[in-house]
Amino acid sequence: MDFEDTAEEAAYRAKVREWINANKASIRAEDHSSRAEAVTAAKAWQALKYEAGYVGITWPKAVGGQGGTAMQQIIFNQEEAKVNAPTGLYAIGLGMCIPTVFSHGLSPDIAARYVPVAMKGEEVWCQLFSEPAAGSDLAGIRTRAEPDGDEWVINGQKVWTSGAHLSDFGIVVTRTDPSVPKHKGLTMFIVDMKAPGVEVRPIKQMSGGSEFNEVFFTDVRVKDTHRLGAVGEGWKVSLTTLMHERLAVGGKPASAPGVQEMIELAKAIDLEEGNALEQSHVRNQIAEAYINDRGIALTRMRTISALSSGRTPGPESSISKIVVANTMQDMGAFASDLCESAGLISGENLPHLARFQGSYIGSAGLRIAGGTDEILRNIIAERVLGLPSDIRPDKDIPFSEATRLS
Amino acid sequence: MNFQFSDEAEALRDQARRFLEDKSDRTKARAVMNSGSSHDAALWAEIVALGWTALRVPEELGGLGLSVLELCVLAEEVGRALSPVPFTSSVLLATEALLIAGTDAQKAKWLPKLADGSAIGAVALAEGTAVPGGKSKLSIAGGQASGQKAPVADAHSADFFIISANDGLYLLEKSAAGLTIGDVETIDLVRRSSRLTLSNAPVEAMAGGREALERFLQSAAILLAFEGLGGADAAMEMSVTYAKDRVAFGRKIGGYQAVKHRLADMYIKNQLARSHAYYGAWALLTNAPELPLAAAGARVAAIDAYQFAAEENVQLHGGIGFTWESDCQFFYRRARTLALSLGSKTHWSDRVVRNLEQRNMPFAA
Repeated sequence: MDFEDTAEEAAYRAKVREWINANKASIRAEDHSSRAEAVTAAKAWQALKYEAGYVGITWPKAVGGQGGTAMQQIIFNQEEAKVNAPTGLYAIGLGMCIPTVFSHGLSPDIAARYVPVAMKGEEVWCQLFSEPAAGSDLAGIRTRAEPDGDEWVINGQKVWTSGAHLSDFGIVVTRTDPSVPKHKGLTMFIVDMKAPGVEVRPIKQMSGGSEFNEVFFTDVRVKDTHRLGAVGEGWKVSLTTLMHERLAVGGKPASAPGVQEMIELAKAIDLEEGNALEQSHVRNQIAEAYINDRGIALTRMRTISALSSGRTPGPESSISKIVVANTMQDMGAFASDLCESAGLISGENLPHLARFQGSYIGSAGLRIAGGTDEILRNIIAERVLGLPSDIRPDKDIPFSEATRLS
Repeated sequence: MNFQFSDEAEALRDQARRFLEDKSDRTKARAVMNSGSSHDAALWAEIVALGWTALRVPEELGGLGLSVLELCVLAEEVGRALSPVPFTSSVLLATEALLIAGTDAQKAKWLPKLADGSAIGAVALAEGTAVPGGKSKLSIAGGQASGQKAPVADAHSADFFIISANDGLYLLEKSAAGLTIGDVETIDLVRRSSRLTLSNAPVEAMAGGREALERFLQSAAILLAFEGLGGADAAMEMSVTYAKDRVAFGRKIGGYQAVKHRLADMYIKNQLARSHAYYGAWALLTNAPELPLAAAGARVAAIDAYQFAAEENVQLHGGIGFTWESDCQFFYRRARTLALSLGSKTHWSDRVVRNLEQRNMPFAA
């Protein structure tokens, strides 16, 4: 057992480090920039990566990728994270949308048109899946696409679309046949977010930020050449995308404070019975946070080890997001509890308090995004433990009838 | 990165699991509980024949000289099977204590016997409400010890004891004058315990003093974490099997979210415990500076996982799970034994934080 790179991995890491060191001066601090500046910074960094061959590391060479290994991608991500490179703008597009485009696009022309431009960072993508009536029950979407000659006409509404306000294109799941059961009547398309009839309205989140949006489609026309996969195969196609999403959403956000911050905060607080860090109940909570926080990092290392040695990783990584989000929430609540009433005050001068307050608010969203706690427990129970699936009364009847069940 | 067990260790796991499934199903634990015997001697003889007791003993002393990783694998498998043998006491604890703190003479005397099964060892750490490694009331002077140790698991089977005192570990032979062994009943009806009363009993100091005692506690924490992890997984699997079979309200209960989500939570806790146990195994193997933290983390995570799995296993079985005939009680009781026999979760949580406070370096991994 060891935590060292293999010789090959070490060589790749050295190469990556050298490149990042040579180019990191061009990374602008995101904290102080406006949204427009943040987008400019992200685009500049992406262009540099593209030039150097660090985009699509695991993608096939035929689509412009590097044909590399999952380990190389992991190593690049680790090194990139150390310099706080601005990568968020492309997480969805390159993490989920473009792999769907090159896996399910109908012609080489489509891949040639969209993939390289997206890799360079010149076009930004979003995924349009969730709807007001289809969140956890994603296959219950109602946005319609109806054929009209060699085009489709899309009408409906999407919601929780991250980055739609910054995007040039999106992949959209639509219902093309309501007369068949819900998973069977879906079809996916590439949609131009600047096309007539697409309206993006930002949603203000309870955290105060606006990362996602409502997107309305009114008679939006899409060419049949921009379909992804066969008509009626949209659910299968979307599983490709979602598989990538769960990997992307799994880790702990860089902004979230950890166990060491909790210790520093506790040390700074004197309770009636003495210093907070000396109290048994405080120490129990810190240890519990450590078990979860460090436990997820170690679990990730088991997965990486499997990849590194050419084995198929076990299902252990399925626990990641649920533990990360709940630990963030528990730690945020406990950290502010320690501060008594001062825990309420924004900007109060206690170590890391502001970050705990922020991560307490943000964690409520993380427990929902990319699969709720409940959906993830279902996945663990059904796919890992092999338990029977939930009762789904709408599963085998035409969607048009299923919508009347409620 | 190689944060997994080697192919050889995994092959040993497969072999051990097949053997224990064949020879040590839970009827063996029940038979020992019902008969009141100290352990299943026939099963123990087969385990000795497989070389499990010789695993870590150096080759020059008649052992196999394998690494602690192989021992972790066996700890997990024996914990899984709830095998009624003194494996924990003799192999995971006494043998490791000798390897860590034995003098050359003590090693030469006892390790060959432990390896070939002609002797069984046990450890006597506990003194009522005191924390192991904490303040001991044992008085030791002139090579003689007086005081009490309780509960001491497998004392009836043991030929010698390794006892903890304020200044380190001592070796006490079963035949020593002034040693009385009396039964105590504990919550665990399979792994039996006793009270040792020492009255000027001759003891031999082991090497390394408090530092060796501390190192032994860390090793024990990690090995017992693997044992607990095995039990936690087995309890979870017992629940999953039942949930796939039991019908209520017209369908298998495993299809209801109240049930399946609890089982998913068991899986989550067991995976976290597994990752921490592996971290402990790595730290033990490499003698990493992280060892004290990794040991404490492994122990806390394993206690937590086993307790949850054992409690919810009874709950998910409903009334049948609370009967004497159900195997649920074995996990429920064993989880407590492991939680309390080396210092409680609160004590080891405190150790986690103490080690985190002292950290001024990033994690190696």
